[in-house]
Amino acid sequence: MNLLAILLLLPLVGFAAALLLPGAVTRRFVLGFSLLIFAVSLLLIGTTQQTPAGMTWVTDTAWIDTPAIRFHIGVDGASLWLVILSTFLIPLAAFISGRTILHRQKEFYAYLLLLEFGLIGVFCSLDLFLYYVFWEVVLVPMYFLIGIWGGERRIYAATKFFVYTMAGSMLMLVAILYIYTKAGTFDLPAILLHMEAGKVAFTQPEELALFLAFFLAFAVKVPIFPLHTWLPDAYAEAPTAATLLMAAVLSKMGTYSLLRFNLNLFPRASHDCAPWIVTLAIVGIVYGALVALVQPNMKRLVAYSSISHLGFVVLGLFSGNQFGLDGAVYQMLCHAISTGALFVLIGYLQDRKQSLAIADFGGLATPAPHFATVFLIATLASIGLPLLNNFVGEFLILQGAAQANIWWAAFAALGVVLSACYMLWFYQRTFLGESRGEMADLRPSEWLAVTPLLLLMLWMGIFTQTWLPGISASNKVLLERPTSKIALQVAK
Amino acid sequence: MSPAAFYPTATDYLRFLPELILTIGGVLLLVLEALTGDHKDKSKLGYLAAAIVVGAMFAVPVALANPGASFNGMIVSDGFAAFFRMVTLLVGLFTLLCSTSYLSREKANTGEFYLLVLFSLAGQGIMAASNELIMVFLGLEIASISSYVLAGFLRDDKRGSESALKYFLLGSFATAFLLYGISWIYGVTGVTNLTAIRAALAAGTSAPSMVVAAAALMLIGLAFKVSAAPFQVWAPDVYQGAPAPVSGFLSAGPKAAAFAVFLRIFQTSFDSLSSRYEPVLWILALGTMFIGNFSALWQSNVKRMLAYSSIAHAGYVLVAVTTNSNVGTAAAMFYLAAYALMNYGAFAAITHLAGRHETHVTIDDLRGLAARQPVLAALLTVCLLSLTGVPLTAGFFGKFYIFKAAIDNHLYWLSALGLLNSAVAAYYYLRLLAAMYMYEPKTTDHPEPVPGGIQLTLWVSAAGILTLGVFPGLVLDYANRFATFVK
Repeated sequence: MNLLAILLLLPLVGFAAALLLPGAVTRRFVLGFSLLIFAVSLLLIGTTQQTPAGMTWVTDTAWIDTPAIRFHIGVDGASLWLVILSTFLIPLAAFISGRTILHRQKEFYAYLLLLEFGLIGVFCSLDLFLYYVFWEVVLVPMYFLIGIWGGERRIYAATKFFVYTMAGSMLMLVAILYIYTKAGTFDLPAILLHMEAGKVAFTQPEELALFLAFFLAFAVKVPIFPLHTWLPDAYAEAPTAATLLMAAVLSKMGTYSLLRFNLNLFPRASHDCAPWIVTLAIVGIVYGALVALVQPNMKRLVAYSSISHLGFVVLGLFSGNQFGLDGAVYQMLCHAISTGALFVLIGYLQDRKQSLAIADFGGLATPAPHFATVFLIATLASIGLPLLNNFVGEFLILQGAAQANIWWAAFAALGVVLSACYMLWFYQRTFLGESRGEMADLRPSEWLAVTPLLLLMLWMGIFTQTWLPGISASNKVLLERPTSKIALQVAK
Repeated sequence: MSPAAFYPTATDYLRFLPELILTIGGVLLLVLEALTGDHKDKSKLGYLAAAIVVGAMFAVPVALANPGASFNGMIVSDGFAAFFRMVTLLVGLFTLLCSTSYLSREKANTGEFYLLVLFSLAGQGIMAASNELIMVFLGLEIASISSYVLAGFLRDDKRGSESALKYFLLGSFATAFLLYGISWIYGVTGVTNLTAIRAALAAGTSAPSMVVAAAALMLIGLAFKVSAAPFQVWAPDVYQGAPAPVSGFLSAGPKAAAFAVFLRIFQTSFDSLSSRYEPVLWILALGTMFIGNFSALWQSNVKRMLAYSSIAHAGYVLVAVTTNSNVGTAAAMFYLAAYALMNYGAFAAITHLAGRHETHVTIDDLRGLAARQPVLAALLTVCLLSLTGVPLTAGFFGKFYIFKAAIDNHLYWLSALGLLNSAVAAYYYLRLLAAMYMYEPKTTDHPEPVPGGIQLTLWVSAAGILTLGVFPGLVLDYANRFATFVK
């Protein structure tokens, strides 16, 4: 059996096993099992890196006969890293929850594996219907993760998260069905081939409507301004592990899908809508940064900073050139690592003081110098300091944006400046100044959790060649497809 | 016609076997009920009734193996009829399984209940297989009159009596509409056989306005029976007031049978009018979805919420009916089968949780269920997620096929609005999930064990939901094969 198919099914097996095992061992089991899944996912790298432009590890078998729905999965140089990102962060999420999740542990860890099943599925599905199934499957465990183990307003946040995402994805389902009536298949590569051969063509209004239906679903998930209102509630109320996964991986479902579906399937509409979407992205960048500046709650602050950072990703995608796309994919990974690290660290702070208000902290650098250093690195990475990961992503995106339209880059760069303001001010208020009593420094287990993240920040900031060639190659395929070649070059 | 041709043959009876078994079994139960003493435990009669239903289920393939019209074309045994017979019998079986413990709890365990269920099932079977308007009417009446009594079975319960009375008055009113429509059609065409009506209309000798009026009258009657807006007002009161297992029964069984009649009449006899009634059905479907879903948002009583949700689900099926196509019919069939599983599963759980005299039926009463009875909560969750339409459940594929049929038939707006409706619906199903999983239990009493019959119902429906959620072809292929009518 294909390794990727095994990788996809393993979490489901683990989920069933976790439900059957006695509650006392669930945590250890899920931690071990998800590390095993991570190890399996690393085995994918070799083959995919050799031919990152095409799909590798493809499994393509019939699932349902009428209508023809295929179990078609595969990864290329870009989606591979998102699959590995998921498999990497699930064990991390399980690991950091040891202190925070004290009741109903069994369910919690089981849901993590169910979530992993959905996430891997989203990133490797090549059949529109299959993809939609995984897209929705992700909602259920996340709903429970927020709703059961979240903060005070958890039920409100969980419901809002679920209903928003579901409403967004319903129009996508209509669009998928419409494409099926046109193309006679749900298979993405087949549809693209039909389009290249001219067998399937959408009229301009048709394409625009379909584009918008997909876009809306993904814009909610990313989220793109002004569809972001569920995010601060969900991020702030969720338990640390869930916030980590939402910020790092679930938001990437949206941006990845924009790349995989909107840009691939509807190049002309992407081109036509690019100025509007970029405008929304830039508004999001600046708006997110400004709101982050005045947030008194740390989790909300980082949540709004996420809106700002994700605006960059969208900007890169709709710049429609190699730099922009490469930067966008790279930034998806970088944002996952740096924001993930920030949420983990904030989770540790919350454990220590049972508070998320910045005002309750101050001068932590004196009692907890290691903590302060680690937090500083994460902060600087998030700001985009050279040699750290976000710099590379944001640089490439701004480069791409400048190629498309210099004004886009100019306005977006405002976000970089603002991120330095809010993050450093946040750091100053929390860690610098007069000490306000004792606080435990990083514990060994906490070191263990943050070290891989810190190493990745450096690695991604310095050795970009590990990741970028594969990403570039897969983006190149999109840019050089005859149907999209001219369309995506955005006019000045 | 010679007398010899008039008399039914043995094959005619085989084609009618499921209903025969139900009717004879019902009469047998009636006698047995009279013979057992008043103070004896009547649960055994319930088990016997369940066995009779299982027997009728085995008779369905027998009837299907002898396809064709019987009793001079009044009844037709085809795959479509077999499908709906099976669905209604399944709902009936669930009802019987859940009722024995319920009736003992309410101290109303008399045998009449079980035989009324059997008679109602016989009526629904006739509806599913009738090819003739008088048979439609007979089947509908047999099913309805038994249902009226079932709704008010707990005589001392005021709500139950109110529910039964409302159901009876409004139901009779609707039947009158249907009957009036039938008489018009008979007046215009001189026939009551569905295919003969089709032929008569195709001949074009009848006044079009009269035919349209007749079709409209019948549409109103059937719309009432499937609780389509604006004829849905009875449903919430009836489902809320009726005993919980009966509410589940009413919301799944008779409704499926009424849809069977709906599809058969409108696609066989009135096919030529489809361009006229399509806009009407369009509005009906949309209105039903909207009213059902938006009213359900505010309910705190779970039974009432499920009643509104069942209105909304009728709206989804109406979308399939609106398409007036074989794909749509197959989608409606699949949906009604899926709906029978998920909705009865939900009602089965409520039957148990409601407690004596059904005092615990608000959403708050579900609080902390996951901590107290994790298995029951998990099974109910499967049903609710399916009702929401989350992938890998039967409910998702049901919606998927319906809206696929709608898009195939260019009903884009209806599909978009309908699917957005299901996002609204997610909100109220989530309220139940939130109550079960995200709140602390209200009491610390030891929870009552779930009776075997209810457990079986829940397991069967959850297993069915998940199986159809991964392999929908099991039912859909069948539905696709038999979604055509003899025309």
